[in-house]
Amino acid sequence: MTVRRIVMALWSIVLVSAPALAFQPPPQSEFVPVTELPAGDQLPAAPYLIAAYVFVWLAVMLYLWTIWRRLNKVEADMRTLEQRQRSPSR
Amino acid sequence: MKKMFAPLLVIVAAMFAAAPIMIAQAPFESTMGLIQKIFYYHVPSWMAMYSAIVVCGVASAIYLFKGRADVDCYAVSAAELAVLFGLMGLVTGPLWGRKAWGVWWQWDARLTSALLLELIFVAYLMVRKFGGPGSEKLAAATALFGTATAPFVYKSVDIWRTVHPKTSVVPLLASSMPGAGRPFALSSIAFILLFVVLLTLRVKLARQQNTLDNLYLAQEDR
Repeated sequence: MTVRRIVMALWSIVLVSAPALAFQPPPQSEFVPVTELPAGDQLPAAPYLIAAYVFVWLAVMLYLWTIWRRLNKVEADMRTLEQRQRSPSR
Repeated sequence: MKKMFAPLLVIVAAMFAAAPIMIAQAPFESTMGLIQKIFYYHVPSWMAMYSAIVVCGVASAIYLFKGRADVDCYAVSAAELAVLFGLMGLVTGPLWGRKAWGVWWQWDARLTSALLLELIFVAYLMVRKFGGPGSEKLAAATALFGTATAPFVYKSVDIWRTVHPKTSVVPLLASSMPGAGRPFALSSIAFILLFVVLLTLRVKLARQQNTLDNLYLAQEDR
């Protein structure tokens, strides 16, 4: 009777722990080099960081250039207008 | 302002020259590593954009309700700078996100509302450019709408669940990551001063354009 109880107890432990064992990830049998990681995990950070900083600087330089160009155009238009006003009317 | 412009330009140049050294020496964040250093340009660019929005909103309100045409130069100049600094934030953010989140873009509350805020100020500039005579008042109303939207964009990360870090990251920066506070403060001040420099130049251009328009009108009246 006692033996039967012990067998039943062991059997129930196996039944209860079976699902837990089934969901356990398989143990690592070998090392995986970083080059074999999924594509998303092996993205290098430096190109993105450099691209971000370069973009900011290019945007500022481009904007300064457009201001300079527009200022030159307005000043040229003003000079033309002043010259037209000074010249004798026909 | 004319006397202060040259020294201000030198200070901004010196700060931007020192910033990369301080950023390189700043500590690495535990999960993101190197890519987190985009933060030192990304957040200050949004700060500069918010400064531009405040200037544009205040100038537009004065123009609309007090009828002062002279402050309109500040509104249009600040709107252009809001678009410029917003574009910096919208480009540097996805570059950071691609590495940190694995995606370029998420249509969540913060990213979507930030894009819409940028588009409101693009709409402002388009109304000014293509709206014809009298479009200044319509544009000023658009600027007020954009200014009212800005606080919701800022608080969106605290109200809704998003992939974007919360607003508490910046106030807690000095205590959570010792050594990151000083480069961040330097970058932030440099970006705000850069905004002041660019605003000064752009306001000068807007005034010159107004003078030219008045000269043309005076010539037509003769």
